[in-house]
Amino acid sequence: MSIEVRGVSKRYGDFVALDDVSVSLPTGQLTALLGPSGGGKSTLLRIIAGLDTADEGTVSIEGVEATHLPPQKRNVGFVFQHYAVFRHMSVAKNVAFGLEIRKRPRAEVQAKVAELLELVHLSQFADRLPSQLSGGQRQRMALARALAVEPSVLLLDEPFGALDAKVRKELRDWLRRLHDEVHVTTVFVTHDQEEALEVADEIVVINQGRVEQVGTPDELYDAPANDFVMSFLGDVTRLGGVLIRPHDIEVSVTPAGPDAVEGTVARVLRIGFEVRLTVLVDSGEVVTVELTRTHARRLGVAEGATVFLTAVPGAAGV
Amino acid sequence: MGSALGRWSRRLLVVGYLFLLVLWPSWYVVKNTFAGGVGAFLDVLQMPEVTSALTVTAQVALLAVLINVVFGVGVSLLLVRFRFPGRRVLSALIDLPLSVSPVVVGLALMLVYSPVYGWFGRPLSSAGIQIVFATPGMVLATCFVTLPLVVREVVPVLEELGDDQEQAARSLGADGWQTFWRITVPGIRWALIYGLVLSLARALGEFGAVKVVSSRIAGQSMTATTLVEARSQFAPREAYALSFLLAFAGVVCLIIVALLRAQADRSNGENT
Repeated sequence: MSIEVRGVSKRYGDFVALDDVSVSLPTGQLTALLGPSGGGKSTLLRIIAGLDTADEGTVSIEGVEATHLPPQKRNVGFVFQHYAVFRHMSVAKNVAFGLEIRKRPRAEVQAKVAELLELVHLSQFADRLPSQLSGGQRQRMALARALAVEPSVLLLDEPFGALDAKVRKELRDWLRRLHDEVHVTTVFVTHDQEEALEVADEIVVINQGRVEQVGTPDELYDAPANDFVMSFLGDVTRLGGVLIRPHDIEVSVTPAGPDAVEGTVARVLRIGFEVRLTVLVDSGEVVTVELTRTHARRLGVAEGATVFLTAVPGAAGV
Repeated sequence: MGSALGRWSRRLLVVGYLFLLVLWPSWYVVKNTFAGGVGAFLDVLQMPEVTSALTVTAQVALLAVLINVVFGVGVSLLLVRFRFPGRRVLSALIDLPLSVSPVVVGLALMLVYSPVYGWFGRPLSSAGIQIVFATPGMVLATCFVTLPLVVREVVPVLEELGDDQEQAARSLGADGWQTFWRITVPGIRWALIYGLVLSLARALGEFGAVKVVSSRIAGQSMTATTLVEARSQFAPREAYALSFLLAFAGVVCLIIVALLRAQADRSNGENT
């Protein structure tokens, strides 16, 4: 286990940011800390980096007890949401910073910087100032800077949070590919469940200072531990008192068996390839159902129609 | 028609005001300085009392500015990067020298450091250290009056910079000292130089506080400003020459400040 967090608590006045959190983050993997804003995930990341200190509990990195080590002794790379570029230094100087602090020979620094700029596709920008780069380029530079010191773990705090949707998606793919190439143990914080599901090998869901569940994206999506994880990872609705995903509900226009719940379509909403039905069930529940456009057309559902709803076999529910 | 007249009369008012208040008197200083020609002016500058006054002023001003820069950066970091009880009080105290008359500052220093009745001055004096009526007292007085100039320039820049870059440097292996020199100082460099030049201008021209704490022996412990005052009645040639030099230094500082402002704006533009 690369990072061991044991019984970590952190309070800011009356606010409990982390409450007795224990988690093991495996070596060589890409782990996401996922949760709503203010849930404590960034605090946990900063405590691992040594940028914040825990009130209680211990942190060890690669078997080294790190709880009381200052950040510069932990050998971690940290990437900030707002890039934290060194404004007065060129791109190459930014990347070289950690190596120059370590007093590496000039030739070695130059070679390493060239290699990293190549890796993040910024070679032609080496002599520019960070202010001449776009947001996505700055974040790639910040990543190269963090990787330069060959950290044992790479920590990213909402790394794509300040970027627009398209660049976000590009960088997300790029981070995944980079990780497959470099294999450094990576932990990133995000509040975007799609980002976590798409990129991470393992996800730690954190809410109100506690770990709700740890698992692979599939485990979390298919077997959520509780209502919170279920609803945070995707849209949910309630059918027969059970929390279920709207796309895991089968719709038919004829009675479809003993478990089928009868209801009336109150609203049909078309969003691109997807059709969202709001169904009023006789028990008084309001159920949301998602169908593909083709499926909805085949059924011919319209507002006011009577439909029968059943959960798809094998659907996740809590 | 009427508005054009109004505009011209307003312009005339402003120009006339500036002329009577600043230009005309300043012009008289220049005119009187060079009344005997450039040669006479240079002769005055050779007089031992004048060279001594200029040396004392330069010493006091440079020492005070140096102390003020070190202390000003320290206080700015304390005010911006740390939260502690009494922070707002400290911040308000920094501005005190702007509102209190320098003469009061001089008197206060006398009360503390006077070898005769100062509560701190007596033990120091018996240990052979003299503060007032000596260079340290003049430096102290000048430090006091220039105190806000560096802090008030640096604090807003530090606030705007945030501590992201410093944290990034720490995570990359820099210790506190390396982070300070490689990240913090370059980040505040323009504000720091600006504050430094302002302090220098203020220190060269300081009169009230310095007059109270200096022994005012011509040729030994008189600064340029105190010599100007002492000679303005009976030896106006020296007074004019020194006034001209002080004004000239002030103008040079102003020009440097204006250039720095432009430079800082430009580099800020690059940074956003």
